[in-house]
Amino acid sequence: MRHIISILMENEPGALSRVVGLFSQRNYNIESLNVAPTEDPTLSRLTVTTTGDDRVIEQITKHLNKLIDVVKLVDLTEGQHIERELMLVKVKALGAARDEVKRTADIFRAQVVDVTPNLYTVQITGDASKLDAFLQAMAPVGILEVARTGVSGIARGDKVLSL
Amino acid sequence: MELLSGADMIARFLQDEGVEYIYGYPGGAALHIYDALFRQDKVKHILVRHEQAATHAADGYARASGKPGTVLVTSGPGATNAVTGIATAYMDSIPLVVLCGQVMSHLIGDDAFQETDIIGVTRPVVKHSFSIRHPSEIPEVLKKAYYLAATGRPGPVVVDIPKDMTAPTERYEYVYPKKVKLRSYNPVTRGHTGQIKKAVELMLKAKRPVFYTGGGVVTGNASEGLTDLVKHLGFPITTTLMGIGAYPQSDRQCLGWLGMHGSYESNMAMHHADLVIAIGARFDDRVTNNTSKFCPTAKIIHVDIDPSSVSKTVRADVPIVGPAASVINEMISLIQGKEISQPDALAEWWQKLDGWREERVGKLYEPSQEGEPLKPQEVIEAICRATRGEAYVTTDVGQHQMFAAQYYKFDKPNRLITSGGLGTMGFGFPAAMGIKKSYPDDDVVCITGEGSFQMMMQELSTCKQYGVGVKIINLNNGSLGMVRQWQDLNYKSRHAQSYMESLPDFQMLIESYGFTALKVERHEDLEPALERAFADKNELVFLDVYVDPREHVYPMQVPLGSMRDMLLSKTERT
Repeated sequence: MRHIISILMENEPGALSRVVGLFSQRNYNIESLNVAPTEDPTLSRLTVTTTGDDRVIEQITKHLNKLIDVVKLVDLTEGQHIERELMLVKVKALGAARDEVKRTADIFRAQVVDVTPNLYTVQITGDASKLDAFLQAMAPVGILEVARTGVSGIARGDKVLSL
Repeated sequence: MELLSGADMIARFLQDEGVEYIYGYPGGAALHIYDALFRQDKVKHILVRHEQAATHAADGYARASGKPGTVLVTSGPGATNAVTGIATAYMDSIPLVVLCGQVMSHLIGDDAFQETDIIGVTRPVVKHSFSIRHPSEIPEVLKKAYYLAATGRPGPVVVDIPKDMTAPTERYEYVYPKKVKLRSYNPVTRGHTGQIKKAVELMLKAKRPVFYTGGGVVTGNASEGLTDLVKHLGFPITTTLMGIGAYPQSDRQCLGWLGMHGSYESNMAMHHADLVIAIGARFDDRVTNNTSKFCPTAKIIHVDIDPSSVSKTVRADVPIVGPAASVINEMISLIQGKEISQPDALAEWWQKLDGWREERVGKLYEPSQEGEPLKPQEVIEAICRATRGEAYVTTDVGQHQMFAAQYYKFDKPNRLITSGGLGTMGFGFPAAMGIKKSYPDDDVVCITGEGSFQMMMQELSTCKQYGVGVKIINLNNGSLGMVRQWQDLNYKSRHAQSYMESLPDFQMLIESYGFTALKVERHEDLEPALERAFADKNELVFLDVYVDPREHVYPMQVPLGSMRDMLLSKTERT
């Protein structure tokens, strides 16, 4: 099962390497990872997507909680949540394909954010499967470069991850 | 307001923290700190001959005293030499604070001379680590280091100190922080009462219960409570290797220790139990054997201070996260005035247990006959008699370690000092040194083998410098005994690299340091040699005892089997 775990941790040097190190040290899997400071500059929020059965996920959250730099965490997949990822894609846009790329981008509610005579740079947000679908649709045209942020997420409703 | 340099802050902090001994080795990046230590006389520095020994010595002290040990090493090779000792402490949850010098801040990352990213290197084997980024942080960071090392589930903490942080010219305000708080670290102080009630209910109606307790009871100072609880209920108890002595082994209710080389009755009891009460133990693979066949009929109560230990390898039916001492006390108060509901079943259970125990009486090993080499088991029994079972016993790793744990009888906690988790050869001698420095009036015996001893024998020089009177009993079988045993069992006795060729003459070697050494080859020499060894508590004595190299450690669990699947001797199997 795929899980999205969001972590509030001390915005300290070395904190990230402890989290990432834990995954490799204990043979857990990281599918995607993103991290940035929060509105409180002493805290970073890290979101990791991982896979494993209940026993593995239980161990992952327990070991993460044990890290001194980890202040709080939540497994978003345990409840209703919103999941988003941002992707920037450079696709070939020559001749007839130029219109086709724009049309497809519109269908996916993506935006063209940069243009050259040869290519479009498209920005798209959504959950991971939407981004995958967009890449599939663009494949015949010619994908030149992909930059994905990895999944970020937040719980639906009144539930808040904060101190 | 007092202004001190970073180096003086470290020296002063160690004084204020009550650190008596610090084990270390100087080098460029640590020299300001060494100079500060030189200019005071409260904290005594013990100069080891290899940084690994510094960590083991501080670790030995920590295990015997329950307080954090302190280590000081320089950057680069000084710090990397300490890594094995840090990992050893980590695996056994021992509180240790390791101060590492580091190259100057502006050189970090430049591959400077003696530079190593020691925070990175030690990351998987520390409870936490700190890097000093400004001298003024030193008091608080050090306080945090000691606090983290000693509380919750204890463990080693590394503090990386770039040389410029300790420069004598830069002075800052020093105040000893009496307390520190970390918002992300709040170790539990008691267990969940509802869960404890559930556990007690199961305990009161159990028919075939067994306590299985580990190092957490020792480090958690819960031995007394445990003994009361176990006596009150009349249940059998088995401990892990790390938990030996938490319950007196001479008491009838103690079945010995369990696992790969545990006692027959312990492993049989675990396999047939209907309730396992695990406290401060972590269901390690050397205990459980094949987890899918582990305790097939038992419900499991698991008390541990570390939530990640609970249900890690074996799922607990009643998990309780909390410190052993407080959970045990709560159990005792819940049990007060209540009776067990199955006294007849328990009596029947004891009949079975006594039966298992009797089955093996007189069959544990074959004593040597006149003219034959000594059996290692006999030597341990003789050491136990010579020290009235009261010594601090450190071991290295291998057959002698198992024999020491099997045949020395421990009635007190913190007396068997052994590297259980990491299994570090070379641990025993420096650990004994660290204990003896702090407990000079006690007998401290290092039971070792010629393989392990040679890994740390340079510390003879340290013992000479500081007059450390440890006793070293070298069970010399001329081979790496446990490796050889596995090769006998699994590799048709092809003894690949397990034979120790070119051994030194240990007697001459020891005597060259000015110590006493005796060779023991015959039966009749053993008792007098031990008497000589323990005659003077202040004198280092080394006994080179030649033992039968063909001896195996039994019982030995059959790999991938259940708890009860054991080899009992070279010819018997359950």
